[in-house]
Amino acid sequence: MSGAWVALALSLKVAGWATALNLVFGVAVGYALARWRFPGKDLVDAALTLPMVMPPTVLGYYLLVVIGSHGVVGSWLLQHFGIRLIFTWQAAVIAATIVAFPLVFKAARAAFENVEPQLEDAARTLGIGEWAVFFRVTLPLAWRGILAGLLLSFARALGEFGATLMVAGSIAGKTQTLSIAVYEAVQAGQDDTANFLVAVTSITCIVVLLSAGRLAPGRVAARG
Amino acid sequence: MRCILLLIAYTSAPLDMRALRSLTFAAAALLGVAAHAGEITVSAAASLTNALRDIAPMFEAAHPGTKVQLNFGASGALLAQIAKGAPVDVFVSADQESMDQAQAQGLVKPGQRRDVVSNTLVVIVPTAAARVPKALGDLSGAGYARIAIGLPASVPVGRYTKGVLEAASLWGAIEPKMIGANNVRQALDYVARAEVDAGFVYATDAALMPDKVKVAFTVPTTRPILYPLATLAGAPNPGEGAKFIDFLYTPPAQAVLARYGFGKP
Repeated sequence: MSGAWVALALSLKVAGWATALNLVFGVAVGYALARWRFPGKDLVDAALTLPMVMPPTVLGYYLLVVIGSHGVVGSWLLQHFGIRLIFTWQAAVIAATIVAFPLVFKAARAAFENVEPQLEDAARTLGIGEWAVFFRVTLPLAWRGILAGLLLSFARALGEFGATLMVAGSIAGKTQTLSIAVYEAVQAGQDDTANFLVAVTSITCIVVLLSAGRLAPGRVAARG
Repeated sequence: MRCILLLIAYTSAPLDMRALRSLTFAAAALLGVAAHAGEITVSAAASLTNALRDIAPMFEAAHPGTKVQLNFGASGALLAQIAKGAPVDVFVSADQESMDQAQAQGLVKPGQRRDVVSNTLVVIVPTAAARVPKALGDLSGAGYARIAIGLPASVPVGRYTKGVLEAASLWGAIEPKMIGANNVRQALDYVARAEVDAGFVYATDAALMPDKVKVAFTVPTTRPILYPLATLAGAPNPGEGAKFIDFLYTPPAQAVLARYGFGKP
């Protein structure tokens, strides 16, 4: 059953990286959408939300077309750096990041929109720079909402299956995450392995949800 | 189911017999209880996808009123579905092992089983590949970093491949390069997209994509590749299932199978 722990470690690694990337990109995009005015803002918001509503297989296909060896980005990476992304855990991270991205930027946008501009203005009158206003006033005030989005995105990344299977394949110990290992075990009729993997997955999800409640009591627990 | 229960609760006060009957009918339709009498489900190895998709309408034309539902996948995965109670009438496996397991689990009666086609194992590479391997030993070289192989736990083509590589004492060298595929068509797709350097598929699969993959060489297998089929012990419609099996041995169906490159057993 040691394979299950390898798959769990890989799932946590992939979900962790995806959440870290979404912390950076999701907060930046959420802030931009909350504070900037530009034409087509609704369209941008809708386009960025697509990964959440599209079937994972559609997203997986898009990714294959873009980062595959013949893809726009994939062929460039292969020619200049000799990097092949498909069938690597990094490809799983890319898939999980994109799938979970809307959960973070949506939450961040709402959280930033709820921050009183007067508080930021007050900080400015006290003479601190724009970056300091963001990191010392806006972000701390919006943090709870963002954290709620991040926890959901971690959970979503942990459960990602369809797009991941298409771009990262199912290589034991390398790209076989928990959800894919469950699928393989059921396909092969290995019920013992499947039972064990399902138990590990369920316990992991409960631990994630409990720590989510512990990390941010009150609002986040109620939302998550 | 839930909406029907809600509907029943909602209309319970003025419920008359007619309303009850139509509700029961709606529930039965939704739950699929009233399955179509002349409907058969065929679970077949993924390598048979194109051939059976051509043959099914021919069978339906010859047997008006019977509808064929096709379900394709790795034979091991199909077996797992059947073992869990999937309502399947005919099972066509790409190897004897999956059918042996079906028989051992009592899903197939021994007398029902017969072979329907044969196939060959080949090594393929992307058409644009710089080098083409000439023998199995070449694949252990550094030029072949990723090799698509069906997952031996559930995919027959993976079992044949593993058997051949083990007999050649190459499995240890090639397994670390293996990109596992969930069925033979996925292995074909990996090679066609040039995401792997080589792959093991059946000759019939390679023939489907002559513009994207080329056959490097044919691999003699330790056991002949024979596809067994059988009606299932728990088939919802065993009579029609047996007719479908008989139809596969008729000249029109045999012609389709031959056109896709399948051999006689």
